[in-house]
Amino acid sequence: MDYSQFLQMPQEVGLLLVFLLVFIYDTFMPQRSQRALPVFTTVLFAIYTALCFVPCQCVNACEAGSLFGGMFEVNAATWAMKNILNVGVLLVLLQAGNWTNSDFMSVRRGEFYELLLLTLFGMFLMVSARHFLLFIIGLESASLPIAALAAFEKNRYESHEAAAKYVFTAIFSSAIFLLGVSFVYGIAGSLYFNDIASSLIGEQSALLIAAVAFVIAGVGFKLSLVPFHQWTADVYQGAPTAVTAYLSVISKGAAAFSFLVILAQVFGAAYSTVWEWMLYAVIILTITIGNLFAMRQRNLKRFLAFSSISQAGYVMLGVIAVNTLGMASMMYYILVYIFSNLAAFGVIAAIERQTGKTTTDDYNGLFKTNPWLSFTMMLAMFSLGGIPPFAGFFSKFFIFVGACHTGSVAIYVLVLIALINTIISLYYYLLVVKAMFIRQDDCVIPAIKSSCGERAGMILCALGIILIGLVSCIYVGLTEATESVSEIFALI
Amino acid sequence: MIFDNILIYFVIVPLLTLLGLALCNNKGVAAIRAVAVTGATALVALAVYLVMIFLQVRGAGDTSEMILQSNVTWYAPLNIELALGVDGVSVVMILLSAFIVFTGVFASWKINPLPKQFFLWLFLLSTGVFGFFISVDLFAMFMFYEVALIPMYLLIGIWGSGSKNYSAMKLTLMLMGGSAFLMLALIGIYFHSAPEGQPLTMNLLEIAKNNAVPHEWQLYLFPMAFVGFGVLGAMFPFHTWSPDGHASAPTAVSMLHAGVLMKLGGYGCFRIAIYLMPFAANEIGWIFLTLTGISIVYGAFSACVQTDLKYINAYSSVSHCGMVLFAILMFNQTAMTGAVLQMLSHGLMTALFFALIGMIYGRTHTRDIREMGGMMQIMPYLGVGYVIAGLASLGLPGLSGFVAEMTIFFGSFENADMFRRVLTIAGASSIVITAVYILRVVGKLLFGEVQNEHHRELTDASWDERVATAILIVCVATIGCFPNFFVNIITDSFVPVVDALKNAM
Repeated sequence: MDYSQFLQMPQEVGLLLVFLLVFIYDTFMPQRSQRALPVFTTVLFAIYTALCFVPCQCVNACEAGSLFGGMFEVNAATWAMKNILNVGVLLVLLQAGNWTNSDFMSVRRGEFYELLLLTLFGMFLMVSARHFLLFIIGLESASLPIAALAAFEKNRYESHEAAAKYVFTAIFSSAIFLLGVSFVYGIAGSLYFNDIASSLIGEQSALLIAAVAFVIAGVGFKLSLVPFHQWTADVYQGAPTAVTAYLSVISKGAAAFSFLVILAQVFGAAYSTVWEWMLYAVIILTITIGNLFAMRQRNLKRFLAFSSISQAGYVMLGVIAVNTLGMASMMYYILVYIFSNLAAFGVIAAIERQTGKTTTDDYNGLFKTNPWLSFTMMLAMFSLGGIPPFAGFFSKFFIFVGACHTGSVAIYVLVLIALINTIISLYYYLLVVKAMFIRQDDCVIPAIKSSCGERAGMILCALGIILIGLVSCIYVGLTEATESVSEIFALI
Repeated sequence: MIFDNILIYFVIVPLLTLLGLALCNNKGVAAIRAVAVTGATALVALAVYLVMIFLQVRGAGDTSEMILQSNVTWYAPLNIELALGVDGVSVVMILLSAFIVFTGVFASWKINPLPKQFFLWLFLLSTGVFGFFISVDLFAMFMFYEVALIPMYLLIGIWGSGSKNYSAMKLTLMLMGGSAFLMLALIGIYFHSAPEGQPLTMNLLEIAKNNAVPHEWQLYLFPMAFVGFGVLGAMFPFHTWSPDGHASAPTAVSMLHAGVLMKLGGYGCFRIAIYLMPFAANEIGWIFLTLTGISIVYGAFSACVQTDLKYINAYSSVSHCGMVLFAILMFNQTAMTGAVLQMLSHGLMTALFFALIGMIYGRTHTRDIREMGGMMQIMPYLGVGYVIAGLASLGLPGLSGFVAEMTIFFGSFENADMFRRVLTIAGASSIVITAVYILRVVGKLLFGEVQNEHHRELTDASWDERVATAILIVCVATIGCFPNFFVNIITDSFVPVVDALKNAM
């Protein structure tokens, strides 16, 4: 075996290195220095994230290529996607530092970070996989440890409930996905994406339709698309907030990207005949139902769970677009969504940790006592609602433009439905703003003292929300990256 | 360099003011006021300077459609640019906005609580307004448009009165709902902005030049764009946010909203909907013409039966703003010039109205005309101001309303077809109804009997209030006495639009 090919996957190797260092620190350092583990991990991961950005420019020249006999592919788009995930994980780590340092976490602090990094590794495999076997390995290692993470607060009943619900859904959805893949194998006789794609041309059998439906259902569970979303709210509410944040942005981002690659590259030939309409219906349901349920939620974590369901529907607009512009818009949307959602979760986590309050009504009059937290939360809500000049507006506009680029009238109708839904979503995002800025309350949440890590995380999120839209280079870079992988849309 | 262009400073100055305000201490009211007044003064100075430049350029014989153009690429993959440029209409709109912002700052001199945050949102709103008027790129225009809308939610929600939560939410959702349709229309226009095979563009001048939007697409996109802007222009039946919003909003916000924000609607209707899709405008413009005709009459009648001063003016705004859209849809140069005069006139006189109402309300703590009377004896300055505003509103010659309405109805009647002439006559009847509700209020509020003995102890306007109202009264009279100055600036700007409409017949 040629070991030099590992050099072609520096992001994965770097991540494993970080993982190993954290593992060694956790295992061999004395008890008194264990409290520094969060800082150690965060700094190490920050350095790793920064280093990953360096060769981004020359990735086309020297790094692109496939390895392990074509099972694993590195290109500009996967590179950019992994960087986006890295940034998100860094923000999660910053925000989680205070929680993992609390007393009841003392013996399991290391496990949290190790499991988190391992799931990230699994997602990297999903993003880069060009063979279903490798993809499923990635999928499993990305989802099963999250169940353990969700159960982390073992004194809380809800945490167990969340973990149980998550683990059942994860297994069930994997089984459905595997069934779909086995159908595909039955048709094509191969598990390589490229081989399957070429043997599916002209294929119209019922088996193919079933296979695509099962694959969409399997990934749909991970992305919590309607009608596969039932587990989301309970898991989001029960899991520790840091884990919920991770679950809602990072794993969703990775799943969405690989979903696009599978649908476009593997089932590209069946786009208009089989899955365009399936996805069309799923998007409408996801956006609308997510929105309608979010309106009624009083618990902010449940509220964000339903809001994230509907946001996943918007992300899928980038998938149904099946062009490079849509792909770039989708990655951009995920990036913006990471910043906006993590800003919201950062505020929720900070307040929950000190007061235990998580409902909208608890936030009444928050602006008086915690102006900065309220400001961050407002930015997050405006960005999620798509209000300029914040990043969410740009990402929404771009994803709509990406979808309309297909030129079909049906997609215009879909975008119109999505646009009307943004107004509904604006209503409930404004409810949170209203609670913080307009409503008054006698028992306002007292001034919260947040830690350095939390503060840094929230400042980064706020800066991201303000700047990502106004600075055009990120989106331009993403379009260039997706231009270079335009061959995945060859069969559309 | 884009910084050589004076236009960009209309965005930079409010942003710098925002920054200055952000650095102020929450408690230092004097510093906050100083920063706000400085920013507003700078905007007025810039606007006056811009008018001078415009006159100079036009005087030198430059007849290009837009002056002071400059483009900077922003999002290259989508051909989005920061493209700036102004014509006569945008110049007078900028001038109007600058004056309203300036007087708005004075009208909210004693705003309480949180003066800093109030001015922050106010200047964010004006950033959006000015950005909208100086841009000629569809994306940038849309972005600034929404930037101008969202501060309204907090401005009404936090500093408003009455059922402010309801009003603020209704206003925001209705306006944002309109802009959702608008966004789809813009995307649709973008993908048909150039003939097959040529690069697409977001620059509206180039789109108009290419005139490539297919006719069948225009028929779908035009209503979306027109309704999108029409909601903000308070077009019937999408006007319901306006009375509630105005009634709940604090004084300066009502002024800005009626004086400036509603003008974005009319401006957008002609600049984007009609100019870029002339075929559809000719084909289905009559639907919207009918709706605006209903707005004019319906708004005026509704104003007759209200007893809350703000509701009266809010409905009168629906009527007057309806006239703006009505005139724009008449598709000839005279009527369209009248539309812009009406925007100016309505902007100033409604701002004056709302400023005066705010001042009266601040003293009497009621806006119900049944509980007030004899204000002329008690506060003669405010009373005279109110009479002037009222006379301007009902179209007394010498004040702005007369000039605007005259031009509009003359222009409208120029159209030879029966449908438009009948509508013109119906619209013109609103002048009589306006007289009814204005004189009713003036008679009751100013010259009636004093209803409440406590009102006798109230004081007349203080210096900051006198500044605000005096400026507005002078402006109203200036337009009324020297309309030609403005007409000369405005009227040539409509040549390209009218030509496009004629060619699309």
